[in-house]
Amino acid sequence: MLNVRLIFKNAFRSKLRSTLTVAGIALAIIAFGFLRTVVDAWYAGVEASSASRLVTRNSISLIFPLPISYKEKIRQVEGVDKVSYGNWFGGIYIEEKNFFANFAVEPKSYLELYPEYILSEEHKMAFLKDRKGAVAGQNLVERFAWKVGDTITLKGTIYPGNWEFVLRGVYKGRDKSTDESQFFFHWDYLNEIMKKIASVRADQVGFYLIGVKDPTLAVSVSEKIDRMFKNSLAETLTETERSFQLSFIHMTEAILIVIQVVSLIVIIIILAVTANTMAMSVRERLSEFAVLKTIGFGGGHITMMIFGESLIIAVIGCVIGIVCTFPAADIFASEMSNYFPVFVVTKETIYLDIAASLFIGVISAVFPSLRAVRVQIAENLMRVR
Amino acid sequence: MGIFFLYSFRNLMKRRLTTTLTAVGMSLVVFVFASILMLSEGLRQTLVDTGSYDNAVIIRKGAVSEVQSGVERHQASIIGTRPEIATGTDGKQLFARELVVLINLPKRDSDKPSNVVIRGIEEQSLALRQQVKIIEGRMPKPGSTEILAGISIAQRFKGAGIGETLDFALRSWKVVGIFDAGKTGFSSEIWADVDQLMSAFRRPVFSSVIFKLRDSSEFENLKSSIESDPRLTVEAKREVKYYAEQSETMAKFLRILGMSLTVIFSLGAIIGAMITMYAAVANRIGEIGTLRSLGFQRKDILLAFLMESLLISFIGGCAGLIIASFLQFFTVSTMNFQTFSELAFSFNMTFEIVYLSVFFSLLMGFLGGVLPAFRASRMKIVDALRAG
Repeated sequence: MLNVRLIFKNAFRSKLRSTLTVAGIALAIIAFGFLRTVVDAWYAGVEASSASRLVTRNSISLIFPLPISYKEKIRQVEGVDKVSYGNWFGGIYIEEKNFFANFAVEPKSYLELYPEYILSEEHKMAFLKDRKGAVAGQNLVERFAWKVGDTITLKGTIYPGNWEFVLRGVYKGRDKSTDESQFFFHWDYLNEIMKKIASVRADQVGFYLIGVKDPTLAVSVSEKIDRMFKNSLAETLTETERSFQLSFIHMTEAILIVIQVVSLIVIIIILAVTANTMAMSVRERLSEFAVLKTIGFGGGHITMMIFGESLIIAVIGCVIGIVCTFPAADIFASEMSNYFPVFVVTKETIYLDIAASLFIGVISAVFPSLRAVRVQIAENLMRVR
Repeated sequence: MGIFFLYSFRNLMKRRLTTTLTAVGMSLVVFVFASILMLSEGLRQTLVDTGSYDNAVIIRKGAVSEVQSGVERHQASIIGTRPEIATGTDGKQLFARELVVLINLPKRDSDKPSNVVIRGIEEQSLALRQQVKIIEGRMPKPGSTEILAGISIAQRFKGAGIGETLDFALRSWKVVGIFDAGKTGFSSEIWADVDQLMSAFRRPVFSSVIFKLRDSSEFENLKSSIESDPRLTVEAKREVKYYAEQSETMAKFLRILGMSLTVIFSLGAIIGAMITMYAAVANRIGEIGTLRSLGFQRKDILLAFLMESLLISFIGGCAGLIIASFLQFFTVSTMNFQTFSELAFSFNMTFEIVYLSVFFSLLMGFLGGVLPAFRASRMKIVDALRAG
């Protein structure tokens, strides 16, 4: 027990230095936790995807549509439960920087396929009835201070012109990982206007969303669908919602790697700072260690003391860092909601935080304790600082 | 001054481990700082070089990129009658109607698919892009299913190397040439005959019309007259501006990421420097007293310690820059969020970045060293001598 007290006393002997080191570690832990959360936010779409939903799109690439006639054919495939469809609309609300995801979808089946979008019965009926109606997520509604009943005009980038919608409902996410910043409206509305202004582009669907009866059927159903349309004018590519989302992430992999590398660098920076603190602290106390050795304490004992000091500093820094991560993440999430609709600090991040600080604590103590153990009693007792 | 420099320098040498650790911390911060700047610069360079100032791009009104745009044949011919279009040495108009679509191709190393821009070109397309040079093979024969691949695509995607074939839109396309467009976005594209592509993809409309202006200053007039023409629903942009807008989001993202990282990391490094310098002061109280009693002024002491801190940060900064400069051998290839297509760009070191990084590291050294140096300079001679 005496040891623990001694370690504590020594760790905070130089208050200024220890405080600065703790602050440094806390800062690094915040930064590290933050970057991990950014990476998690990237994967939010994957986390939110369901194993029993498939996405069918044109095999050439996302920008090519599929004919609406595929709907009935897909519905007949064994194992298919529900089919919905939609188009990426890509409309701009007032300015380009107000980006949010907006889709034209077949509303009834879409809402059935996405039970995680929670919409009150009243809102749902109002939305289904109104052909110009639209539904937006809670986040989005707060961001632009919309009210149910408001008219929202989107400027089309893919579909020319200004498009007016009436906000009929606001959905909330069932899970934390549900994206509450989407906007969707009736596919029929889009199709009717396209028939008038550009008839070649009418009756085209950007993607089909398919609910399978049982997640284990996903592979066989997607194979069947793709085989059915092989060698047709619009060949399909069907995959689970999860791999569909993952394919987007793979395209931006380079940025993810950069963020991950940087999150390791911050740990190394702070490792250098902590190791420095420990090295200085031990150097200043070499004569003390000589005294300890004279009294009869062994190398193991001294090593333990130094590791203890280093770990105490690291752990305190880590705790402060973790505590501060949450409010910092909240502020960031509200500021950057258009980049990262889902920004939640996960349990894994906290575990990694702890692991990183223990790593810092242990590694920082290695060289200083080696030095303290090798102290020559006679030489250091006489050492003049 | 000379004495103090040596004094500071020797002190650093005496405590090698501490000096090294502090400098390592600094160098990593400078490394991150410089690499993010290099990345932004690389992106900017890529986009600026991609367009040329004298070229005009015509896309459908409201479309953000060529991929979303559609320009009908009759609209393209109306634009083709404009007198502002420059004429090439062969007497033909420097004018091309192009089709731009995305196709999904698997990467060579990971087999993971990514979106690649495929551009349908006309005879004059190459002449309009001075940056594009064929480095291997030849131009495709007009009207054939032969394609040219940009060098970044040829290296990174399956089936895009010379002599290989790509299968899409129910046809096989043979790669007959590789072109290098330097550090421009074109290096990440595939080029093919526009009519072949239009029939293969069953697209009745062009994506964009590109031409060179006979006189660059006529652009504003041309823009207003084209955009107010009731037969056309298009907008005109200078090619440079068009490409700059293409990756505004990406540039902004890099900027925000870079700035927040730099601020957080540099705080860490400043704390590191402070710890080192406070310790340096604490260990040398006696020396400070001696120096003062020898007649050195407070400001001399201040300067000596500040110099020591600046020296560490300078060493760290230079080390960070040296590591960062190796990044120039790497190319980052990622999806541009705005266009959904693959864009390759590299880390680019400029003199400005070198100055900025060195200045930044000195600033960290200064901020870390200034408080400890003050403490050292304000010590009373008697106390200092006694404590030592």
